[in-house]
Amino acid sequence: MAEYLLIFRGGEMARKAEMHSPEEWQEHMQNWMQWMGSLTEQGKLVGAQPLKQAGKQVSGKSKIVTDGPFIEGKEIVGGYLICKANDFDEAVEISKGCPILDFDGMVEVREIGEIKM
Amino acid sequence: MSGNFDINQLSEHLFRHEAGRIVAVLTKIFGTENLDLSEDVVQETFISAMQVWTLKGVPDNPSGWLFRVAKNKAIDVLRKNKFSKQIDFSDPERILLKSEYTLNLALDKLWREDEIEDDLLRMMFACCHPELSVENQITLILKTLCGFSTAEIAHAFLTSEDTVSKRLYRTKNFFRDKKIKPEFPGNNKLGASIEAVLHTIYLIFNEGYYATHSNEVVRKDLIDQAIYLCRLLADNVHTQLPEVNAAMALMCFHAARLKSRLTKSGDIILLADQDRSQWDKTLVSAGNDYLNKAASGNKISSYHLEAAIAYEHCTAPTFARTNWRNILNYYNILATINPNPVVMMHRLTAVLKAEGATAALQEIEASTHKSEWEKSYLFHCLLGDVYADIAPQQAKASYETAIEMTSSKKEQQLLTRKISALG
Repeated sequence: MAEYLLIFRGGEMARKAEMHSPEEWQEHMQNWMQWMGSLTEQGKLVGAQPLKQAGKQVSGKSKIVTDGPFIEGKEIVGGYLICKANDFDEAVEISKGCPILDFDGMVEVREIGEIKM
Repeated sequence: MSGNFDINQLSEHLFRHEAGRIVAVLTKIFGTENLDLSEDVVQETFISAMQVWTLKGVPDNPSGWLFRVAKNKAIDVLRKNKFSKQIDFSDPERILLKSEYTLNLALDKLWREDEIEDDLLRMMFACCHPELSVENQITLILKTLCGFSTAEIAHAFLTSEDTVSKRLYRTKNFFRDKKIKPEFPGNNKLGASIEAVLHTIYLIFNEGYYATHSNEVVRKDLIDQAIYLCRLLADNVHTQLPEVNAAMALMCFHAARLKSRLTKSGDIILLADQDRSQWDKTLVSAGNDYLNKAASGNKISSYHLEAAIAYEHCTAPTFARTNWRNILNYYNILATINPNPVVMMHRLTAVLKAEGATAALQEIEASTHKSEWEKSYLFHCLLGDVYADIAPQQAKASYETAIEMTSSKKEQQLLTRKISALG
């Protein structure tokens, strides 16, 4: 059993463009509840946090601070989740159920590195 | 906040009704002429909820959360529009919203969560303004108070999105030109205003209940919304008039039978053949409660009588034991207060069942509505029922006329079944 980081990118634009009514929002929300709920039930959810859009970037030796990240909207990280899975394949299977994929979003799956003592 | 990902946390139509409540409050702040601004704030609020709730779970008080976020977004809109002409700050209630020093205090005065139920009713009265056509009233009430999108309204009323947008556009202009404010009608006007609102609610309900809509989900949706709107009136001390309770009773009784009206494949099941054990007992008993409450006062509305008729059907243990005599009596009173062709036509079924085919035929011949009735396929269907036992050939001819007059496949199938059942 290892821990995996699921990074959610984009989806926001498509959600705004394609959903026009509270009923549609609620349906989408319910899909999330179902997905997150089943992860919780299986004891696989470690934690999750949404991220606000605005941020700063600090870079280089001279520690230049810029507003950002200025990348295309569809690549902006909207949040992340940490879950447990037996192997990489299972983590990928889990991420396939994420409702962000219904709206042109992306899920990046990364195994969290552990130092084996 | 611990993650609560229980799917049942979000009650049915929660977002829709919260959208309506938020719009009702925002309208006091932005004015009826700025419904678009209010709707934008609602949209932004749901986007925020989506970002946070999806990963952190639904908060303990979802409604309170949405309202807090909507309020902050409203403050942003006010600041942004301080020097634009979009919002009419000359209104005495809004003048203090313009200055940064008084904005928060002034907003708190308007943003009273304990007054939301009243705001919803004020908005309902504004939506049913007598100078608006009934179509526009229905469109607006579904859009603002029930959180329907133009696409959903178009779908429900089998019309185009374009038509719905035009109706909304015209109504918003009307509000702007006439400077309509959502308010409680004065005591002398309350009865008439409630009558107008009830009529609109009743039409929404009928569209869901009777219209030959292919989509069951849409139908249930309209019925739910009509009951929701009527309950707002029934729960408020100022508006719970007897006719409001009667309309609630009527809708509960009808809705109770909803599930048994169609087979799994969507074929129509006649009242006589419906499985009465499927009727929703909770709704029947809610209907009873409302009907009891409706019994105060000395005014009998058509809702009272229609509710009483529906009550007889709901409480008859079998079709054969339906008390048609009582039903006919109610129809006879209904005929004196609201003798429209539709009511008079439904009355004929009661005449047929209570007094027999000959009596029904005599009534038809003597009626002034006959030429009006003949335009409706339902009348020919009914005429077929009248003839069924006494003149099968004529019954067949009537059913065939009815088949030609309806475009609904399900109804045609039902009529064909009736023809083959003739001896």
